[in-house]
Amino acid sequence: MSQKLDAKIPEGNIAEKWTKYKSTVPLVNPANKRNIEIIVVGTGLAGSSAASALAEMGYKVKVFCFQDSARRAHSIAAQGGINAAKNYQNDGDSIYRLFYDTIKGGDYRAREANVHRLSEVSGNIIDQCVAQGVPFAREYGGLLSNRSFGGTQVQRTFYAAGQTGQQLLLGAYSALQRQVGMGTVKSYTRHEMLDVVNIDGKCRGIIARDLVTGKLERHFGHAVLLCTGGYGNVFYLSTNAMGSNVTAAWKAHKKGAYFANPCFTQIHPTCIPVSGDHQSKLTLMSESLRNDGRIWTPKKQGDTRKAIDIPEEERDYYLERRYPAFGNLVPRDVASRAAKERCDAGYGVGTSKMAVYLDFAANMKRYGRVEATKQNIHNPDEETIVRLGKEVVKEKYGNLFDMYKQITDENPYEVPMRIYPAVHYTMGGLWVDYNLMTTVPGLYALGEANFSDHGANRLGASALMQGLADGYFVIPYTIGAYLSNEIRTAAISTDHEAFVEAEKNVQSQIEKLMNIKGTKSVDYFHKKLGKVMWDKCGMARNEAGLKEAIAEIRAIREEFWKDLRVPGSANEFNPELEKAGRVADFIELGELMCKDALNRNESCGGHFREEYQTEEGEANRDDADYAYVAAWEFNSVGEWTLNKEELKYENIKIAQRSYK
Amino acid sequence: MNQKGIFKNVVVKKYIMGLSGLFLILFLLVHLSINLCALIPDGGNTFNELAEFMDLPVIKPLEVGLFIGFIIHILDALVLTLQNRKARKNGYEVSAANANSKWYSRSMGILGTLLLMFLIIHLAHFWFPNRFTGYELDGKESHNLYQLMLYTFNELWIVVLYVLVQISLGYHLLHGFRSAFQTLGLNHPRYNTIIEGLGVIYSITVPLLFAVIPVILYLRIHGYIPY
Amino acid sequence: MSHGDMNLTLKIWRQKNTETKGSFETYPISGISPDMSFLEMIDVLNEKLIVEGKEPVAFDHDCREGICGMCSMYINGRPHGPKNAVTTCQLHMRSFKNGDTIVIEPWRASAFPVIKDLAVDRTSFDRIMAAGGFVSVNTGNAQDANNLPISKEDADESFTSAACIGCGACVAACKNASAMLFVSAKVSQYALLPQGQPERKSRVLAMVAQMEEEGFGSCTNTGACEAECPKGISISNIARLNREYLGAALSSK
Repeated sequence: MSQKLDAKIPEGNIAEKWTKYKSTVPLVNPANKRNIEIIVVGTGLAGSSAASALAEMGYKVKVFCFQDSARRAHSIAAQGGINAAKNYQNDGDSIYRLFYDTIKGGDYRAREANVHRLSEVSGNIIDQCVAQGVPFAREYGGLLSNRSFGGTQVQRTFYAAGQTGQQLLLGAYSALQRQVGMGTVKSYTRHEMLDVVNIDGKCRGIIARDLVTGKLERHFGHAVLLCTGGYGNVFYLSTNAMGSNVTAAWKAHKKGAYFANPCFTQIHPTCIPVSGDHQSKLTLMSESLRNDGRIWTPKKQGDTRKAIDIPEEERDYYLERRYPAFGNLVPRDVASRAAKERCDAGYGVGTSKMAVYLDFAANMKRYGRVEATKQNIHNPDEETIVRLGKEVVKEKYGNLFDMYKQITDENPYEVPMRIYPAVHYTMGGLWVDYNLMTTVPGLYALGEANFSDHGANRLGASALMQGLADGYFVIPYTIGAYLSNEIRTAAISTDHEAFVEAEKNVQSQIEKLMNIKGTKSVDYFHKKLGKVMWDKCGMARNEAGLKEAIAEIRAIREEFWKDLRVPGSANEFNPELEKAGRVADFIELGELMCKDALNRNESCGGHFREEYQTEEGEANRDDADYAYVAAWEFNSVGEWTLNKEELKYENIKIAQRSYK
Repeated sequence: MNQKGIFKNVVVKKYIMGLSGLFLILFLLVHLSINLCALIPDGGNTFNELAEFMDLPVIKPLEVGLFIGFIIHILDALVLTLQNRKARKNGYEVSAANANSKWYSRSMGILGTLLLMFLIIHLAHFWFPNRFTGYELDGKESHNLYQLMLYTFNELWIVVLYVLVQISLGYHLLHGFRSAFQTLGLNHPRYNTIIEGLGVIYSITVPLLFAVIPVILYLRIHGYIPY
Repeated sequence: MSHGDMNLTLKIWRQKNTETKGSFETYPISGISPDMSFLEMIDVLNEKLIVEGKEPVAFDHDCREGICGMCSMYINGRPHGPKNAVTTCQLHMRSFKNGDTIVIEPWRASAFPVIKDLAVDRTSFDRIMAAGGFVSVNTGNAQDANNLPISKEDADESFTSAACIGCGACVAACKNASAMLFVSAKVSQYALLPQGQPERKSRVLAMVAQMEEEGFGSCTNTGACEAECPKGISISNIARLNREYLGAALSSK
């Protein structure tokens, strides 16, 4: 049974929707706020900003994270930057242009109203972060510096060296800790949410496990906010943190929240290639490197020469060749696929032949010459130019270059980096309406955990923007629409039967995991799942492969519940048990991702179905049949119902995406 | 801010440590200048005149101040050390601390204790008899400090002890000098090299000159070198 | 595998929980690639222990790219192991030799109690932050970001201090288990920026008071923290904290 999804998009002109809505959305008066409890799960950019902003407004907030501190959430690892339509560079940027770029970048699969709102509040985020003392990069005149990112032709990305996510998260974390110190937020670290509790059709709390003692806890909230990030770890190898997981979102999904566009995953083009079977995770090299690095492969197949021995005319700068307008700064999906195409065709480099070069030599020299002029060195020799250029590059990307050297044992100042695409971000997530509420009343999803803003492909430096927009500037307003009707709801006792039952179910799942007592570790299953997902639901997908994948995943699930071994006990700090629960959910999610990919008979953004491509090998979108959000409703394990939300493009003319 | 706790505060305790240390560093300079006068070959006249000057009633309070300086430095060190011990009750099995710091930086307590033990002996040798009991030289009571020095450094083992202790002092200063500035917040890229350079020069020359005095006196007494 | 496999002996601290006493266990391990990260080597050990029906070694880790600050481990007498300026997750086995014995201990400090094996509780850092590690600005109050020019020099220096990942290696390395480097880095970040000025005094007083409350030791300027910090945070921050504290203590009411 398919139910019509109401996105609750306000009426009116796109540029006025948010302003008008903000001024008319019902409010909760300060005295009532004190009696309303909100649970925030996850402490990344979305979670920390939401928790602190709501606490500042006067709500009673509880915040949960599985890490040992709120500051560890994986937003911390974002490197390159955060977009904002400030037009500080006087290069023609505007709210509309950011809105347009994001919709186009998302290959016309994002919701217009949400994206426009995101663009509108983007500037406030920068203001807020600066006020908090986030040390963004600056020009000598003391004003903020910008750089460019993929999929745009303006410079609108604000950054703090290669550690922008870290600085933004520490800003939000400090705002959160301020509230913790004031007693308005209670922080539960090393706690994992294992279920949501619904009472009379509304979300009223969660069951969490204290990861140190293993005790299950019941927590009541008038509303629950899931800010739990993405599910890229379903592929086992990704740039996500080891602990990043889908469990919170998945438990919510199984309790009635629809899961939207699960197959939309972002494969990031510039990651350090896999070096061996031992690999536990992949490391991203920031997209900002594409500002100054040129991507190439040898023109000859199977060329085994060293990069520096290959002369200029025998190099194929394939992105510049194929996409002259955007060159190395095409969006991520395009760049990733192009790299895969080159490697599959036999032009790859490195020992595995599954890598392309990212080369800084040309720009290093360009910078060197500029620097020499600045320093009044006339007719500088080659050596001076290279030395000066290296200094400039070091200042811009020093930490990334160090990281690369640390991992690969190669010096990127001397030889080009080897890069290959890797799973990085998931555009899909829990379906939410304009208020960021899921299909379960009172249950919200913010940041990467929801689906709404990035369509089928996210542009670089937009994830940080979305996380903070949702937390600082959207949810504080939109939550009023729901909570204004909840002021009469007194705190529900956690002895309520719904809590008791939810806890019992969690307990029995834990016992089930502990009692399998099989022979294989969690990682064994996780790796196996990851391989299926990467091979058949990764950068390129096809019908036959996806069908095989579904069958294989079901087999993995069966084996998992028969042959898993979780050591230790449930009543102690037990990281293997934590992983087991997460992988159990990943297995179920993996199947849904394949199902969604199979359903979407088109190529768009990060979703590339080999059957649907143009003659030039570009994605072939089908707007007539697939301009919708696929929101999956959970029936039972392996059984879903598809619900559709039509995407209407009233302000942007839907067109074939071209970066040529 | 809890005002009653201000002197209990760890940073304040460190200021006191640094300030008293710098005070003692200054005192060492005064002490050394007077001692060097003992080497003037005038039969100890200049040295004794200075020693008598130090006995004047106006100088006395300074001596009390000096004692207070020592006591504060020692007690503060004791309090901080106990507090620091509590901060790590279970130690490491393996330590490779030499990879991240200098042994003498980590051994200020031991170096300081050695210096304290020496200080007691030193006071017993010179200050106590000079100030209170007087001392017998050739059967009659005397207050000639120069003579007392000659008498004391007649013994080889005392000379050796005084020389060895200066090594302790040197290392104590090598960390202490720089550390006092850091604790007082005086760290600036432009001046750090100067402070560190001064520290090294001070920590080598002052103990070296202190060590030279008993050695020369000993050699003179025993006729190895002329007066 | 580029340079052949390695055989190692691991001596690892095992402790069931905070209350129980721990001890060292020795594990031989083979087939370690020099390209593995240190944590991937522990993964291999754990996989082996699980298959053998033994309890794997509990340790903290998350991002595995040197930025979250969750991994710890005191390796052969040094926090984050023998290489400078890297976290344990970024330490690779090529930094060791075939046949080495590697001793792995948890961070040891009274303010960082052991939770299990190599995992310790660092919430004391969170409480120090809650005491004053922020600018009191509510959401939505900010002026336009470029209305507040900040010299590039100050912004860069503030950023350098703000680069602290809160891993606690400074505490682990310090012979006094002092948290001065951590606290001073945060104090410095704000002291260098105009945004930090209104609360400049109260911040340093409150953070230092909390630091002491948590039971960290005092700074004796050995410089071990700076040498072991994976992010190269300088002890000049500690000097700044000392300055800031003096000014605040002398002038606060």
